[in-house]
Amino acid sequence: MRSTGSPRAGQAGRAGRYVVAAAALALAAACGSGGGTASGGGAPAPGHGGFTPPKLEALKSLGPGEGQVNLVAWAGYAEDGTNDPKVDWVTPFEKATGCQVNTKVAGTSDEMVNLMKTGQYDAVSASGDASLRLIASGTVAPVNTALVPNYADVFDGLKNKPWNSVNGVSYGVPHGRGANLLMWRTDTVKPAPDSWSVVFDPNSPYKGKVTAYDSPIYIADAAVYLMATKPELGIKNPYALDDKQFQAAVDLLKQQKQIVGEYWSDYTKEIQAFKGGDSVVGTTWQVIVNVAQGEKAPVEAVLPKEGATGWSDTWMVAAKAAHPNCAYRWLDWIISPKANAQVAEYFGEAPANTKACAQTADPKHCDTYHATDEAYYSKVFYWTTPIAQCLDGRTDVTCKDYSEWTRAWTEIKG
Amino acid sequence: MSAQAAEAAGFRRGLAAFLHRRPWVRLSLLLSAPLLWLGVAYLGALAALFVTAFWTTDTFTGELVRTFTWANFRDLLTGEVYRTITLRSVGVALAVTVIDLAIAFPVAFAMAKVASPRSRRWLVIAVLTPLWASYLVKAYAWRVMLSSGGLLGWGFGLTATVLTLAYLWLPYMILPIYAGLERLPDSLLEAAGDLGARAGRVFRTVVWPLAFPAVIAGSIFTFSLSLGDYIAVKIVGGKSQLIGNVVYDNIGAANNLPFAAAVATVPVVIMLVYLAAVRRTGALENL
Repeated sequence: MRSTGSPRAGQAGRAGRYVVAAAALALAAACGSGGGTASGGGAPAPGHGGFTPPKLEALKSLGPGEGQVNLVAWAGYAEDGTNDPKVDWVTPFEKATGCQVNTKVAGTSDEMVNLMKTGQYDAVSASGDASLRLIASGTVAPVNTALVPNYADVFDGLKNKPWNSVNGVSYGVPHGRGANLLMWRTDTVKPAPDSWSVVFDPNSPYKGKVTAYDSPIYIADAAVYLMATKPELGIKNPYALDDKQFQAAVDLLKQQKQIVGEYWSDYTKEIQAFKGGDSVVGTTWQVIVNVAQGEKAPVEAVLPKEGATGWSDTWMVAAKAAHPNCAYRWLDWIISPKANAQVAEYFGEAPANTKACAQTADPKHCDTYHATDEAYYSKVFYWTTPIAQCLDGRTDVTCKDYSEWTRAWTEIKG
Repeated sequence: MSAQAAEAAGFRRGLAAFLHRRPWVRLSLLLSAPLLWLGVAYLGALAALFVTAFWTTDTFTGELVRTFTWANFRDLLTGEVYRTITLRSVGVALAVTVIDLAIAFPVAFAMAKVASPRSRRWLVIAVLTPLWASYLVKAYAWRVMLSSGGLLGWGFGLTATVLTLAYLWLPYMILPIYAGLERLPDSLLEAAGDLGARAGRVFRTVVWPLAFPAVIAGSIFTFSLSLGDYIAVKIVGGKSQLIGNVVYDNIGAANNLPFAAAVATVPVVIMLVYLAAVRRTGALENL
């Protein structure tokens, strides 16, 4: 947020010199707010063997709690009942452990990385496009999973994955996973879309009311669409794009810009845009759909037939955590069957704990979100940080790294 | 009086005499705190910004690489997109300034010359009132009004951004002009009238030249505030972006502080050019 300074208008004195006016322009800084999530899937790990993380020790044994813990989280990951009194798994944690939870909600993975680098936070719910950057820069330490009893019940399909482990060393505990969906307003968008073409077609009837995620990682969404519509480009992994493939994705997004009404990264802004009808179709998260429907907006969402980007999130502990014991207790709490079921249902994702499926309010939740369906998640490409060394294993070309994605994103928005 | 107190009093008197004899010591003591602030906190920060602009970051870990390079400025100058964004930002800042001037001048004139002294005080308060509300609340209020289901329903975009910024910075234009016009003696207007000048001519030859420095002061505020803004455009700008957004995205998203610093020098340079141009008009000397 930003605060503007109030002007102090000096009265022109009687004898006075001219002057006046002006103002102490304390243009204070602004801090972005917002929340969100993201990331996805079946992508092979970046930097697998591509880098050596700094040598850091995991916690050896658990001591008494420090009384508080500072978290960086996606919106909806650490609910304490302020958004909805019925949605609260933070207060029971505080009661059980005596650790007061302070949550900072971040809107993009990039924001998460920057927040963690300040050193003021103990744990983070990092997506795959943040986790490796955090590991490589030594911002997070390995996690001693023996100190997290509930880790034993986590789906094997989520353990020791390239986005949460390096060389067999675990850097966090899996939180859950899901896909970025296509949302539309049921009263204006007919028939119900089942393809991303509705947001990429230059002749879309919804011109000016299309919305897209405001982050360089959104280039991967265009790449996923190109995988299905332009197989001749040979894209195998939307996070491993060589010059030609990258250019095709950028061109597609520049063309998309003509029909975009606005880009969003603050999830409340998207909810408001869909409620007011400024946006009628575009990319979203399940939690946004849930909140918008709760506020009586006529919206639906679907996983389009081309597949989608998505996320597989990991709770990580800062290397310089001031409250490591409370952080470990939080890690154990958030993947405990009950809390993991609650967060998975509220956010709209598949839980990480196998026992969580028995605890959800909707008995079919795990089926709906395909918690055990690896085939489903093969269509979901978890957010991953693009690096120069191609993630799909090609060695004859270099791929575009994230800084180039960022520049291209500025260029796409013009 | 105890010996100690006498000693203290003597010391104070000695110090006072010393300072009295050496005016430059007095002056430098007086100015050292504000100069330190200006030099370290303000110019120092600018210098740090400028130095950072010549570094790069490691793209994967995000760590700063402290080796000198022109790469950031080269990218900035050769990238067509940055030129477009710069021109757009300057355009927005100019439009906001012109709109604010057009609205503020009559308002300030009415406040300074037409209103009774009693209502004048209330008008100043009325102009200041919007500044008591948070920037974000006002920007979001415009978002609600401009949204397609809203009161105005004009939709988002650059026009919406200009409108919102013009609203936000209007007090910063009214106050300097009001102060300037208040200093303008009524007798000058009466004299012009007695000599047969019509309203238009009085304005052109008397009011405008005397109020010009105040107008410039106001325009510096509205222009520089608009040039650096990136929040209003995020809220009501639809898909458009300004210089501020490029800086923000490079810090917030890309974690590329050096490039952000290079981009941030653009508005600094624009403001320097603007101030130099203003100086040539002589407006600053009358300020």
